Amino acid sequence: MAETLTNADVECVFERPHALIDRPHHYCPGCSHGVYHRLVAEMLDEFGLTDHTVGICPVGCSVLAYDYFAVDMIEASHGRAPAVATGVKRALPDAFVFTYQGDGDLASIGMSETVHAAARGENITVFFVNNGIYGMTGGQMAPTTLPGQKTTTSPKGREVAVMGHPIDMCKLLQSLPGVAFLARVPLSAPKHLKTARKYMRKAVQAQLERKGFAMVEVLAACPVQWRMEPMAALRHVDENVTKVFPPGVFVDRLSAGSDDPSAAGGGDGGVTRTETERQ
Amino acid sequence: MSDTRRLVKGNEALAVGALHGGCDCFFGYPITPQNEVPELLSGLMPAHGRVFLQAESEVASINMIYGAAAAGKRAMSSSSSPGISLMMEGLSYIAGAELPCVLINVMRGGPGLGNIAASQSDYFQATKGGGHGDYRCICLAPWNVQEMYEFTRIAFDLADRYRVPVFVLADAVLGSMMEPADIPEQPPPVQPIEKPWATTGLNGRSKHNIVNSLYLEPEVLSDHNEKLQACYRKITAAEQRFDTRLTEDAEYLLVAYGICARVAYSAAKLARAKGIRVGLFRPVTCWPYPSEALRNLMSRTQGTLVFELSAGQMLEDARLAAPGDHPVAFFGKMGGVLPTPAQVADEIRKFVEGLHG
Repeated sequence: MAETLTNADVECVFERPHALIDRPHHYCPGCSHGVYHRLVAEMLDEFGLTDHTVGICPVGCSVLAYDYFAVDMIEASHGRAPAVATGVKRALPDAFVFTYQGDGDLASIGMSETVHAAARGENITVFFVNNGIYGMTGGQMAPTTLPGQKTTTSPKGREVAVMGHPIDMCKLLQSLPGVAFLARVPLSAPKHLKTARKYMRKAVQAQLERKGFAMVEVLAACPVQWRMEPMAALRHVDENVTKVFPPGVFVDRLSAGSDDPSAAGGGDGGVTRTETERQ
Repeated sequence: MSDTRRLVKGNEALAVGALHGGCDCFFGYPITPQNEVPELLSGLMPAHGRVFLQAESEVASINMIYGAAAAGKRAMSSSSSPGISLMMEGLSYIAGAELPCVLINVMRGGPGLGNIAASQSDYFQATKGGGHGDYRCICLAPWNVQEMYEFTRIAFDLADRYRVPVFVLADAVLGSMMEPADIPEQPPPVQPIEKPWATTGLNGRSKHNIVNSLYLEPEVLSDHNEKLQACYRKITAAEQRFDTRLTEDAEYLLVAYGICARVAYSAAKLARAKGIRVGLFRPVTCWPYPSEALRNLMSRTQGTLVFELSAGQMLEDARLAAPGDHPVAFFGKMGGVLPTPAQVADEIRKFVEGLHG
């Protein structure tokens, strides 16, 4: 029998975040949720927040996230996580409160709760997963489905004249003074994870400094419901999704001088500091 | 006469009852006829270091309650019929997750937008669950301003003890009327109940708490439902409350709750002046319904007239309580029409004549 190494013999260079429970996830192969879960857990570890965090996961693919995060968790009804988070944060102002929401949840049924939590400047951190589709229910059209994109309820592709245009939540929330930090990043390649971490740190910091509402939107892949191979799904995020939903920082009231709209414009007219521009 | 006795409006009594009941967090959305409740609490709550927040909708209110209750706080909202309807999904989640909370419904006329006059047509919604799934809420029905204060105050203890939502079921008349009530300056101290299940952050706890109503395995959800039902049976055994007036020598019974019981009491006295010995049975808890006490009274009398501001909702519970051969009749008005004691007395006379005709 070979001699076994003990922990004392090796240097640990990479491990599971303590805030993430060692348990198999139910997510489909190629899904971005696993990566985003890890990033959220890294933040909780990094900021030392696990002992006083309350997380809220509403109905959607990530409804079972309460089984994965090693912090106090609340499962919420579809769309209502920002209202639930408001209740928790108002009741426990010193707790770190985050929501983890999908696009159907946040941008469709929960639009009102999202906009008003942002308008009030609730000191909560929203981790938003935009995969452009209702994954859990079988791949129906979402408020973020791209024009022309085929889904089970837009079988000929999303026809904007009939079904409307996708909603850009970062642009929509950008006008609200209660928003402290707002950014979007694709989770389509390892190089983007560094940017994601940077944005997520800001979104955590915003709450810790009581600056107001903070949200990081990740552009996620859903290969199963998109009917794509995992690698093709990631390419689709890079090549098509980012055209409709440009990555970048939309609001940053944490940085010095960030109230200047040209420094944190986002969206259109070349004001957005896209990730590719910075690379 | 007590030095705490003064003229109080019903909605004001609800607000002070909430404060004295130890309400930590109030979330609400404007709707007539209960607006004095949030208006008063918007000042009182922050003055006492507590949370008041006007939500963007009743849907948001009930979910803010869900969050604050999950965090271990005493949370409530006040609304009126259409607003309560909007809260039903959230209420089902609260019941499913075994969270305590208090909801006040100052009932108005329905269905739909209806009107802002007094009604009792939300009885089914308040006593049979209201939202989806098998659940119940304790339902307290005040009949005067004093009880508007008392019931709101004690509702928080009941909610915490059983981890269930508690309704205070009032109506537009009770909310708007002024009458003398004893409301102490200094309420009795609130006895906090330990909530080891609350999602407050670990704070050194080794196992994370989860507030949830999702159980994907049918057997597990079945067990969860059995647990809820066992709690409801415990409440049914321990918390039935009722009031009786003029029943000792009664040959006939009037059954009414809330504002109707006030009218019915006056009507019973009028009927007695004409030689009809009628007594009043008033359910104080509409759920759990005081069935046993009512059945005992029914078995000693010749017939029962149920009087409600609805098409006959509480009537069904009265009929379920009735011994097999006991006649139960109904008199109701809808749309905010409130009969006078003389009209109800006349209905009693007709009912009694019918029994012996």
